[in-house]
Formats: sequence, structure tokens, C-alpha cells
Amino acid sequence: MGELPGDLKYSKSHEWVRVNDDGTVTVGITDHAQDQLGDMVYVEVPERGRELEAEEACAVVESVKAASDVYTPLAGTVIEANEALADSPEAVNQDAYGAGWLMKLKPASSGALNDLMDPDAYQAFIDAE
Amino acid sequence: MGNRTPLFETHKAMGAKLVDFAGWDMPIHYGSQIEEHHTVRRDAGMFDVSHMTVVDLIGAQTRPFLRHLLANNVDKLQDEGKALYSCMLNEQGGVIDDLIVYFLHESWFRLVVNSGTRAKDIDWITTHAKPFGVDVVEQPELAMIAVQGPNARDKVLSVLDAPARQPAADLKLFFGTEHDDWFIARTGYTGEDGFEIMLPGSEAVAFWNALKDAGVEPCGLGCRDTLRLEAGMNLYGADMDESVSPLVSGLGWTVAWEPADRGFIGQAALTSEREAGAKHKFVGLVLEDKGVLRNHQKIIADDAAEGEITSGSFSPTLGRSIALARVPAGTGTSCRVEVRGKLLAARVVKPPFARNGKAQIELD
Repeated sequence: MGELPGDLKYSKSHEWVRVNDDGTVTVGITDHAQDQLGDMVYVEVPERGRELEAEEACAVVESVKAASDVYTPLAGTVIEANEALADSPEAVNQDAYGAGWLMKLKPASSGALNDLMDPDAYQAFIDAE
Repeated sequence: MGNRTPLFETHKAMGAKLVDFAGWDMPIHYGSQIEEHHTVRRDAGMFDVSHMTVVDLIGAQTRPFLRHLLANNVDKLQDEGKALYSCMLNEQGGVIDDLIVYFLHESWFRLVVNSGTRAKDIDWITTHAKPFGVDVVEQPELAMIAVQGPNARDKVLSVLDAPARQPAADLKLFFGTEHDDWFIARTGYTGEDGFEIMLPGSEAVAFWNALKDAGVEPCGLGCRDTLRLEAGMNLYGADMDESVSPLVSGLGWTVAWEPADRGFIGQAALTSEREAGAKHKFVGLVLEDKGVLRNHQKIIADDAAEGEITSGSFSPTLGRSIALARVPAGTGTSCRVEVRGKLLAARVVKPPFARNGKAQIELD
């Protein structure tokens, strides 16, 4: 696994958040998370328009080994979901911070990002696990 | 720290992800479980299965003892080296373990039993061996490497010592041959051809490295599970245990009913169960909808009767989720499975799903 992208924020349940130029956010699971889970074989993303509360289970990533819930780090509305993962779940393994993104949200409030970890804090968090 | 096989450091050096497996630190994969799965179906892969328990039974009365101990009949073993798959039952007909027994000669049979059931197996076998004067001798110093896949035999033969090569090359399916302290058997748990090789632990690393140099890829126990599931082979503790009989576990074919007076442990209970008619049957499932079948998911048959998935996963060969399941005896050609709160459609099929490199189930 490589370096953690510096422009992302991270949650304790191993999701990442990228703030886009238009104020929306993109959410996925971290490279550490996909490595722990192993080869992905099925991904279920939330429906567009769904209103999510912070830390609500909203997606499922299933590896050969097990199914795992994905929790949204932020409250907000789903404006787009990565439907391509239905046919290529392995994108989560191969490119967790890029093609393996899960959903885009319109956050309910702007301050919520402050509760998430920066790359150094997340690195320390997974090192301590 | 768990138990470690002689190959532990080799696995680490080869990049294995190690997990606890019945008290042993074993490789789950070396990078990609799915790639390793395909390697075994298409070429040759090797598994460290040294955690499995090898037990030798020594004594003149070993055959009569095994006739009593096992639900399958060791009298099917008349040629030296021949192997037999069997369940070992309790008096209620429940499965204590499943195992392979090799006939080496009349006063020496070798069992390979599961590591997760080692202690209770040894207790049970030892207790019942006493009246027969049979010695129960574990062989913990033996390592065991399974090499499986369409090219497995050729690649193994290329690295075997010359004196062992011809006897190994001549092995028929389900036979083994002994050479010095090595035992080479044409058996496996993947649905592919290949060998399972027991050898002194001190020689395991050199042999493993020689196989790697011959083009055999290291594979973790993760793909061993998806391979055996595709091959329709049961996993002890998931597909059957002491609470169920072989008759509702897809293992009725391993029970030798004749001669009726053999008197094996569990025979009376099995006979009653058979006469009463089984309430469940053991089937394969292919998921028609998207998702993944998992152990213990609930099955709902057309008449609303319920069953359970005993082992489910994703089949890399079919690109679909598959499962083994215990369902009501009246279940037809389809059923529904409760998967994470939703009812998904599954087709009922007869395993295996894949063997010898090919899908055995037609997909629509």
C-alpha cells in the first residue's frame, strides 16, 4: 500500500472523504480497508436521493471472505452513486481512492468535516489497530 | 501466537497474509485469492496444509477396528496405497469428523483428519482402538503440501527425487505411495488433479521452493475454500457437524450399508433415520440475483418451509455466488434466500459447480 492521499479526510470506520470544488463530497473506503477485506466480488451503493445521517450504514462491500457495511462519515443527500461497481467491484481493490469511489453527497452541514482525521492521524490510527 | 508450520517464515517471505486457522497461523492468500483460485483451475497451485492431523493406526487388528469406527467400509481398500473418504460418526449418527484413510498394509493404515477437531478425534479414536489393541500414533513432525491443478502432477514429478518419480507418476486416482519418509497421494480438495504430499517437516521448505521454481504458485487457504465449494466438497463444521448425519449432508454416498451386520458406530441411528425418511436434503444453489450467499443465511422454499445455507461464497469460475445448503426435502428447482434483509432468488442445482477446469453448471 502506498502513501495516504494528503487531500482526503478519514473516518475511524475506514472511509475516506474528498471535498469537491462544488462543495459536494465523494466517499469511498480506504486502501487499508480494501486490503483487509480482500478481493471484492459485490458492491451495493445507495440510491440517488437518499438522505443519510452521519455514520449511517449506506453501502455494502462484499469480498470473497465477508460482507462489510460502509458508513457515511457525513450527513447528507446522495447525489450520485458509482453504478459501475456492479460490474467491476475489483475497482475498489485496484483504485480505492479513484475508480473505486462509492458515492457523492451533498453534505447537510459544512462543519462536519472537522470531526474526521487528516492523513497523519489516520495513519497513526491504523498503525495502532 | 498460534501454531506454526515449518513453512511459516517462507509464507511471510512470499508475502502471505496470515490468519488464525483452527489455532494455526496460516496463509489466507498471497495477494489475490481470486487469482490463486484461477491458477489452480488453469495451471498449478500449492497449499501448505501441514496443520492437518496425520494419525497412523498400527496393529494386526487395524482393519476390523476401522470397519467398526467408520461409516464407509475399509473393506473397499484391498490394494495397497488405496484411499477412502469417510465420516466418523457418534452413536447418534452425527458426524464427529470427515477424513481420508489410506491403506498402507494390513497392520498400518493412515488417517488424515481435520485440525479443528484434532483433540476430540484423537480421544474418540484412541478410546475405540483399545479393545482392538491398535496403536494410535500421531505424526506431528510431518508437513503436508497439496499441489493441485491440471499441470500439478507434471510439475511435481519434475522436482521429485528420481526413485519416487515413477511410483508417483504411476499413481491412479485416490492412491498413494510411500517412499522413505515421504507419502505421495493422488488426492486433493479442489476438484482438480494433483498430489497431496506428506514429508518430514525439515524437508518442507526446500521442496516448497523447488515447486515454486518449477512454476507452482503458492496459494492460500482462502481459495482452497472456494475451490472445494465449487467442487461440491463438504467442509467440516460448516456443512456438517455432530448435530447432523451424513444423510442430510450430501454424504449418503459415503455410508456403506452392506454388509448390514458390520456394526459400525452410528449404524443403528442412521438406519432408523433412513427408514423414517429424511426431512431435509443437501443441495447446491446458484444465486440468480446480485449479491453473495453466506453461511447461515435462511432459505425459504416454495411451500414456506425453511432451510439454511451451510457454506456460501463467490464462485470465481462461474462469476456468480454459489452455496451448499440444507433445505426441506420437498424443495423444487428454485428457492429464495434471505440476504441482508432481502429475499433473493436462487436456483437449486446438483453439485459440483466446477471441476477439472470447467464449469459443471449451465448459466442462463
